[in-house]
Amino acid sequence: MTDNFSVRRYMRNLRLPFCPGCGCYTIINSFLRAVYELGYSDLSRFVFCSGIGCAAWIPSPYFKADSIHTPHGRSIPVATGVKLMRPDLNVVVFGGDGDLVGIGLSHLIHAARRNVDITVIMVNNMIYGMTGGQVAPTTPLKTRTTSTPYGSFERPIDAAHLVAAAGACYVARWTTAHAGQLKEAFKKAILTKGFAFVEVVSQCPTSFGRRAGFKGAADIVRWFREVSVQLEQTEKMAKEELTGKIVVGEFISREFPTLTETVYAVLEEAKKHAKSS
Amino acid sequence: MKFNRFLQGNEACAEAAIAAGCRFFAGYPITPASEIMEYLAERLPQKGGVVIQMEDEMASLAAVIGASWAGAKAMTATSGPGFSLMQELIGYAFMTETPCVIVDVQRTGPSTGQATKCAQGDVMQSRWGTHGDYASIVLSPNSVQEMFELTIRAFNLAETYRTPVILLADELIAHMRETVEIQSADKIKTVNRKKPKRGDTAFFGSEEIPPMPSVGEGYNIAVTGSTHDEYGIRYTADPEVHRRLVQRLVHKITDNADKIIDVEAHNIENCEVGVVSFGCTSRSVYEAVEMAREEGIKVGQVRLRTIWPFPEKIVKAMARNAKAIIVPEMNLKQIFYEVDRTVKGLARVVSINKVGGGELITPEEVLSEIRRWRG
Repeated sequence: MTDNFSVRRYMRNLRLPFCPGCGCYTIINSFLRAVYELGYSDLSRFVFCSGIGCAAWIPSPYFKADSIHTPHGRSIPVATGVKLMRPDLNVVVFGGDGDLVGIGLSHLIHAARRNVDITVIMVNNMIYGMTGGQVAPTTPLKTRTTSTPYGSFERPIDAAHLVAAAGACYVARWTTAHAGQLKEAFKKAILTKGFAFVEVVSQCPTSFGRRAGFKGAADIVRWFREVSVQLEQTEKMAKEELTGKIVVGEFISREFPTLTETVYAVLEEAKKHAKSS
Repeated sequence: MKFNRFLQGNEACAEAAIAAGCRFFAGYPITPASEIMEYLAERLPQKGGVVIQMEDEMASLAAVIGASWAGAKAMTATSGPGFSLMQELIGYAFMTETPCVIVDVQRTGPSTGQATKCAQGDVMQSRWGTHGDYASIVLSPNSVQEMFELTIRAFNLAETYRTPVILLADELIAHMRETVEIQSADKIKTVNRKKPKRGDTAFFGSEEIPPMPSVGEGYNIAVTGSTHDEYGIRYTADPEVHRRLVQRLVHKITDNADKIIDVEAHNIENCEVGVVSFGCTSRSVYEAVEMAREEGIKVGQVRLRTIWPFPEKIVKAMARNAKAIIVPEMNLKQIFYEVDRTVKGLARVVSINKVGGGELITPEEVLSEIRRWRG
């Protein structure tokens, strides 16, 4: 295809706030390319909701679109309110791991359970980056962070599996070393009727890489490439072999009635009830 | 045309929300506020509105805020413990100028306290509950009729000033049943937020109360709880942008205090003793004042239908005539200090306080205090 794609078409003319080497650049590029390839020449059919953290700054205010930058962890319930009142719009949530599986975890599980017809993109940099590199629910065991100077002592959460188990219609996990797959996953997520979740394992050279022993952004991305295992391959692998690996791929792709469908069916039922009574 | 209905306070609040144009409700079960959600769950879908029970109170108010930006008039209802959880979103609604209504049916606190028992302990939380500098609009009903009327007013003020408005009810008013006189729908005055004109770009400044677009209208709205300029662009370090924003947000309420403030006042000019009351407690005050007048005591009365902004002028006017002002409240002195600060020594301020078990302040208790301070 003739490629007239340019991120500038979808973005405000503002300087991006991300550190050199940040994974957010790759994610912005892949996401907007997905939007472009789906045939959207602008973002007027989209509403973006995001919480607090570096990833939450991806759409707000940099995307030339409606964006709602909410308190920490509350992007998903805000998005739920938007979607219920405007089922015709594509509602997309951007957030970090701290935002979505730390402080906002219960909202993520409930949104998947309800099957709210929104797309949630979780940028998992395995750290609280904006606040200076504290341990996150996603930090690999024994990683040195500013709040675990002797190494982290908790097991990390597996967000993709969790959201799939909670009832999502589409779940995929890729890393920033998989820009092409990422773009395809974003397209599928946006097209999914129902709750869609894309986890992007992403590099934070500033707050994660330095203390965790990486030389820079490229070093972290190289590590992603080395330890990534396709979901299909894991079936043949022993449990011990999966230690320290990042399982990537499409976890779930299915269809259930969405929250907007079930809620608006109730409205019709109630209106009939009002007439007959 | 008017018609009468025999309603519970919470039901009257729910009916009023529908009459005011509310089309979205999100909430979480809590005593003594649950009936508002239950009643709306049946009635609101009949009007094409959505009711959803969320996973907690933060999610409830967050969903309300999302619905408001999608163009709906929206409301949530809770009690003390849930009201505490909502504080972060109340600050967010204030900062982002999101019209919405939060009903707090007060019960005995702190913490879980006594879930089914009446209290008036959230007065200061309704003013200062979230962090940072802000101003709040808080209304206080004292009858089922006012649960209806002030709920409508709460929506109208929220839409007029683009700000969250709190209806601070209490268990007694919410759970009792009275006859409510309801106007026909076309007679009820409702207000809708000012919408932008094509080409408008400043939705967070320039004017004291800026126009509010909805998502999906093509305005590319940037909503943020961080400090922002009139276009919604974040400025996380600029002192001038922050001052300009927060001072405007406070001033749009304080500059309009006279329009927002609504009190019931009797005998302000000619009294030896004054009483300042609100909510359920004011019902005992009426009776006490009547008994006192029969005894020949000149009693002035201010009943706060708007608690915040605090009706300073009228309370001060009463203090110029009264020797003492009595402040009965079902908490351990919350409005008391506000009255004391306002009258600045013009009159002695005396408190009657009672907390626990939902025990009300009786007319006799108020009367005996009135007698003590007569001229």
